[in-house]
Amino acid sequence: MKLGLVVDLDTCVGCHGCATACKQWNTSGTIGPLSDKDPYGKDPNGAWLNRIRTYEVGDTPNSKTVHMPMSCMHCEEAACVTVCPTGASYKRAEDGIVLVDQDKCMGCNLCAWACPYGARELDPAQGTMKKCTLCVDRIYDQKLPENERQPACVLTCPTKSRVFGDFDDPNSQVSQLVRDRGGKQLMPELGYNPVNTYLPPRNKPAVEVYKVTSIKQSVKTWVNKMITR
Amino acid sequence: MHPAFSVLVFTVLSGAGYGLILLMVIGHLLGLGELQDRNLLLSGGVLSLVLISTGLLASTLHLANPKNAWRAFSRFKTSWLSREAVFAILFYPFVIFYLTGIWSMGAQLNAIFVAAGIISAVLALVTLFCTSMIYASLKTIRQWNNALTPVTYLVLGIMSGSLLLLAVQSIVAGTVSSQLQQSAMALLVLGVAVKIIYFFWIGKPSGSTIKPATGFTQASVRLLDQGHSSNGFLNNEFGYTVAANKLLRIRLLMLAVAFVLPLLLLLSHNSLLFLIAALITLAGLLAERWLFFAEARHVVRLFHGDQRV
Repeated sequence: MKLGLVVDLDTCVGCHGCATACKQWNTSGTIGPLSDKDPYGKDPNGAWLNRIRTYEVGDTPNSKTVHMPMSCMHCEEAACVTVCPTGASYKRAEDGIVLVDQDKCMGCNLCAWACPYGARELDPAQGTMKKCTLCVDRIYDQKLPENERQPACVLTCPTKSRVFGDFDDPNSQVSQLVRDRGGKQLMPELGYNPVNTYLPPRNKPAVEVYKVTSIKQSVKTWVNKMITR
Repeated sequence: MHPAFSVLVFTVLSGAGYGLILLMVIGHLLGLGELQDRNLLLSGGVLSLVLISTGLLASTLHLANPKNAWRAFSRFKTSWLSREAVFAILFYPFVIFYLTGIWSMGAQLNAIFVAAGIISAVLALVTLFCTSMIYASLKTIRQWNNALTPVTYLVLGIMSGSLLLLAVQSIVAGTVSSQLQQSAMALLVLGVAVKIIYFFWIGKPSGSTIKPATGFTQASVRLLDQGHSSNGFLNNEFGYTVAANKLLRIRLLMLAVAFVLPLLLLLSHNSLLFLIAALITLAGLLAERWLFFAEARHVVRLFHGDQRV
């Protein structure tokens, strides 16, 4: 199994619902807490496992605002696991989820340096590295109804821009979406082979342009067509 | 990259310590006349142990959760940091055995102590190399991920060690070894050459841009919003930015303090000036290590709006 997420950049509206749901679930999950430093002060800081950045793509008037949620890509060649000196970072053989054993991490930051996606953040209170678990404590929970055995970010997304699934199964929803929509990896040139895939925005204009045609115009067009024939 | 002071101290001091013991063992075992002295070898050995141990202790200060530091020996097969830790600890019994030999029987050692000396010199070199590979192995930082990083760490470690060895030799013996003096000067020239090559190399534009980072390879991409109102871990760790003109001034100051000034001081024949030369080289190398971090640009910066790293 190769579990991961597909993020649809066409439909994401940048509401930060996924980041909030993630923080809410994971602060009391297996790797919790996700501490904050000075949360209500002037300069709040804290560990988040999901960040949403907003870009302007293309030049005006043909530009598009794109919201890009980013969490751990659960790379197939996970450099964060290779560099870890304590063995706290590991990639599960059975489903490819990259996790940090909070009892082993010494907080040296080297895995965060090795990660090109900014997926790892040091917990300011615990001094250990925190990262997306793909909600490993939800997706296998037999007590939850089957349709809720998904990451918190996927469940909460109001535009259904996030899809969770097995990339090893060619008929899974994620594999089909990647095939049909031309899914892209971020920074593929580094060779980490990230599992999470991004669906580029569709090329149609955001607002349909309607042509106003008069009778005179349509007659003219018809005559022109006949003459050229 | 944010330069953590404890890491700067660690790499400079332990680098100098490993360089010192490496050169001292080589000089001693190859029969360099001025190094065949019990007190000199003991002083040099103890000084290098003090520098290495201070550096290693300083390195634990940048750990956010140091109670798990003992686990750092467990991933020797994959992690350069783990390898560094293993070799750094393995170095101690051999060097202590070698120094015990010198303490008990002077400069004329028998085979088993000679072997311990050779092994400790090799381990010093290997540890220094492992330290450099922690940085050189990171594909995310173009300014580090190249062969010049290990070359710099090895050359500068051995260079600062040679200055310390010259200072210790001239102070303990009261005379100046022209061979040590000349080799220290040659290493200073080599060191400054390596640094200048490095500065030219990282000055060339290359590496990732915001386009493959965000996947929009056909269009221009600009950051509109980072998505948070104040700086987080990623901004503090990777967003560290120093103005280009300030970096240039620090580069020039570093080259003067770490290389040119010590070279001028080494033209004299005064042990006190040699000591000063060694100390200001260490200070200059702290600036060099600071620049090594401050000029390194992590690819995460692309997601935070940099067009190129």
